[in-house]
Amino acid sequence: MDLASLVSCFGSSACLVTQVTSGLIIGMLLFLVAAGLTLIFGVLKVINFTHGAFYMLGAYFAFSIFKATDSYVIAMFGAAVATAVVGLIFERLFMSRVYGRNMLMQLLVCYGFILIFDDVVKIIWGAEFRSMGMPAIFQVPPLFIAGGVVPPFYLFLVSMTTVIGVTLWLVIERTRFGKIVRAAAHNPSMLSVLGVNTGVLYGLVFGLGGLLAGFAGALAAPVRSLTPGMGFSILIESFIVTVIGGMGSIVGAFIGSLLIGLIRTFGTVGFPLFTDGLMYLFMVMVLIVRPTGLFGKEIA
Amino acid sequence: MATYRRSGISRRAVVEGAAATAIGILAAPMISRAQAKPIKIGMPTILSGRVAQLGTSSRNAVMLEVDKVNATGGLAGRPIEMVIRDSKGQPQEAARVARELINSDGCELLIDAEASSGAFAVHEVARDLKILCLHTNSETSSLTADPKQRIPNAFRVCRQGIHDSIVGGAYSANVANAKKLTKWMTCSPDYAYGRDTTAQFVEYLKHFKSDVEVVSEAWPKLFQPDYTEVLTKILQTKPQALYSCLWGGDLTSFIEQGNIYALFTQTETFAVNMADYTALTVVKNLPKGIHSGNRYIKTFPKTAQNASWADAYRAKYNEYPTNWVWQNATAVNFLSAAARKANSADGTKLADALRGLTIDSPFGSNGKLTLRADDQTLIDYAVGWGTTIPTEPYVPDVTPGDWRQIIELETEWKKKNNYT
Repeated sequence: MDLASLVSCFGSSACLVTQVTSGLIIGMLLFLVAAGLTLIFGVLKVINFTHGAFYMLGAYFAFSIFKATDSYVIAMFGAAVATAVVGLIFERLFMSRVYGRNMLMQLLVCYGFILIFDDVVKIIWGAEFRSMGMPAIFQVPPLFIAGGVVPPFYLFLVSMTTVIGVTLWLVIERTRFGKIVRAAAHNPSMLSVLGVNTGVLYGLVFGLGGLLAGFAGALAAPVRSLTPGMGFSILIESFIVTVIGGMGSIVGAFIGSLLIGLIRTFGTVGFPLFTDGLMYLFMVMVLIVRPTGLFGKEIA
Repeated sequence: MATYRRSGISRRAVVEGAAATAIGILAAPMISRAQAKPIKIGMPTILSGRVAQLGTSSRNAVMLEVDKVNATGGLAGRPIEMVIRDSKGQPQEAARVARELINSDGCELLIDAEASSGAFAVHEVARDLKILCLHTNSETSSLTADPKQRIPNAFRVCRQGIHDSIVGGAYSANVANAKKLTKWMTCSPDYAYGRDTTAQFVEYLKHFKSDVEVVSEAWPKLFQPDYTEVLTKILQTKPQALYSCLWGGDLTSFIEQGNIYALFTQTETFAVNMADYTALTVVKNLPKGIHSGNRYIKTFPKTAQNASWADAYRAKYNEYPTNWVWQNATAVNFLSAAARKANSADGTKLADALRGLTIDSPFGSNGKLTLRADDQTLIDYAVGWGTTIPTEPYVPDVTPGDWRQIIELETEWKKKNNYT
């Protein structure tokens, strides 16, 4: 425990800027993954444990598209769309068969596909780790804001995730499609009676989740090693985020992600040997005070 | 009546001789086949998961050398047949696989290409079944330094932590003296290897430069994907120098993420595992001037033999050699030399021949490698430090470690740890 450093950090604008932006960087990437996870749970009542694998696929798709086109924008959008298609196919062919079944069966299907996706990645891209490298446009010195260090790529990452998050919120809250999705989360049988093809809707929601995970993977690819199984660690953190924010709540996922990001960055300064423990401790505290999470709703 | 006496050879003798010759001719292939019975060598290693490259490159190196040995008659006339199995990086699986290789597959020798945790498990199997075992990837010093671990039938044919720490400490102290670096920070993976290696490095850094102060430490998890909080902590601490024993994908992530914070222009960085092609060729924007210990690079030792060996490996497998590669190749070279010396492929005789054996090798500091007799471990291998450049040869000049100094300080270290 290094409380002196933590206090000194709060008294320094340079430290505050650096740590807060770092918290945002960690949090926003987590948000993209957690938003898809919580969206799928909210509508389909399925905990999609393959979501980490979608993040991994997004990163590898971005790696290959960037290599082929040398354009990071094409790589990012291409990876997101390709991952959405994988999500859609996966839901239609496999997950749709286990809705309403024993949770253990759903877990088994998801776990089986985590292993399959990992092996597919090994076959296509190899078992060794890969690195996409920083796009040339971002190979510039960091910015110094109030003495704090802010890399331009991370500014882009935070801006991009903000745009995606706001768009997602608008789609869910302000569009007809969003209304149908919310209705499906509330009462899918009634929706079906009203003539909505819930099967297609579920596929689209899964695809949307895949799209978000794909974006997250593509945004992480320039700075993280690509390796089979890379989705596992982010899946655990995203799961913590969704539990803290409330299962099924996108706003909760957003707030939960930011909190986890800030806990990690300030925790490293004040509690360097207990940073991970802090995350779990915070989750436990939230669950004691609000068992449904910060923005979760009581099940009637 | 004239009697003809056959002088010299009787009919019986001719018949017996002909029969013997016929039997000899007919039996010759059988005898030859018996002499050429392959010797199976078991090899537990990691062929799946995040460190699969350890196993795949170790396997490639062994097969490259085994083909050469078999082309020249095998081990004392017996062709080598490798039986290579995946332990998935789990010690209990490594032990099970090693036992199975001996008891079920009929392997007579083991090349243990496990990482440290698995190597200790395989070591116990070798102790139990009394089979010759060559550890090729475990760098944990106690495996051979600790007399409690030592068994007559196990050898380490790879680099080890204490040697690297002494060379790293001496080199880094020289740089620190020249550049007046006293305020240091460490950032290493949070598991046994990271903790032990960092502690040993700092110990020898302070041995050679006593005014060094380690002002902060960061211990990211093994396989941590994001180093943002670690990097910002380093930036806040503002150390003059940074030591890290991150490796593989973790090291490349750290370098890529550190680049965007311009970390390596602000802090003199000493990354012991940087100078290995696994990292050098993957990092897209390799910074200039990172200090690193050599793992394996074809420019050190700077000899035609080393360069051509690396080129041959790359030509055959279409990949750069790793640190694990030279170690596993060396194990086969030692077995081959020991078989020639003992004129036998028997494990006990090979072990006797291996003890104190010196061979010519492209990986030796002076063209030779020795398996030291008293602790059955490899010495005189090429070990040194240099600085990176962004393109090949990546680390153009390496300052070699002084083996006299290494052995002197290693002896002191052993005394201090009651290993003598």
